[in-house]
Amino acid sequence: MTETPLIGAYPAGPADAPLNGARIGVVTFPGTLDDRDAARAVRVSGATAVELWHGDSSLGGVDAVIIPGGFSYGDYLRAGAISRFAPLMGEIVKAATGGASSNPLPVLGICNGFQILTEAHLLPGSMIKNDHLKFLCRDQVLRVENNSTAWTNAYAAGQEITVPLKNQDGQYIADEKTLDALEAEGRVAFRYVGGNPNGSRRDIAGIANAAGSVVGLMPHPEHAVEAGYGPGHTGTDGRGFFTSVLNTLLGGK
Amino acid sequence: MPRIVVDVMLKPEILDPQGKAIVGALPRLGFTAFSAVRQGKRFELTVDGDVTDEILSQAREAAETMLSNPVIEDVVNVEVVADLP
Repeated sequence: MTETPLIGAYPAGPADAPLNGARIGVVTFPGTLDDRDAARAVRVSGATAVELWHGDSSLGGVDAVIIPGGFSYGDYLRAGAISRFAPLMGEIVKAATGGASSNPLPVLGICNGFQILTEAHLLPGSMIKNDHLKFLCRDQVLRVENNSTAWTNAYAAGQEITVPLKNQDGQYIADEKTLDALEAEGRVAFRYVGGNPNGSRRDIAGIANAAGSVVGLMPHPEHAVEAGYGPGHTGTDGRGFFTSVLNTLLGGK
Repeated sequence: MPRIVVDVMLKPEILDPQGKAIVGALPRLGFTAFSAVRQGKRFELTVDGDVTDEILSQAREAAETMLSNPVIEDVVNVEVVADLP
């Protein structure tokens, strides 16, 4: 695989913690848009990005998986509904739920990836059309509500980060019982700050599974990992997702 | 060819933004009799040959697992419709 050349300078991972050993899979479905950005975010954070195809029947031994954003299968049935049945998703669900394993595969679903994770029942609830019915694209402030997951441990609890948000079916919904359980178990990972952009219940922007290994969120941290390209052309707040999973994989967090 | 029709609706307690947009627009066109609109989906599954019980039960299973998301939607109807002339 030829790596996409990185444009401009970027700092490598911390010198005292060699991160190059970690292999992070990035899944591409027909209609996925943000796989290249996600792979780039992985590399910028010091790990190796591994391309995965939805039709594959093997995860290729990756240490974690990112399901990136886009419009898989055009979202024509429901967002993420058809992708959920891809052969590779079966492998991801198996590895993420782990069976008897004490090391479930860390999985991050971003935007359409989050929708796919709910359709696959790796995360509860569902996503429907934004309450205002418009596609929305803007920089979004999020509060890190849970910094003990595999994908958020590089952040401080309560830290506010700014990453891009762009979606049409971004309204997170679940029944009251599920929402109460998510809150009680600390599984609300991110909440919108400064206004709810899509009518999501309880301002929820992202959630985690009970183990904290699977995280899904609507906004896009992979678009905020390089100075010069992120929010305000300087924001790199999204990088914490990718360094978090490296902490998890290499530090046994 | 006979077809099996599957109708899927958002659960009643789930806000239907598309339905709300439609009900807001109807009075502007002079349709003032409607106080609410819910928008659903209709699927038509074409069958080559007769619709057996086995095929009908496959349709029901497809409706519950793929055509609808049970978190937000209900399958409200699964029925065989007569062959088109």
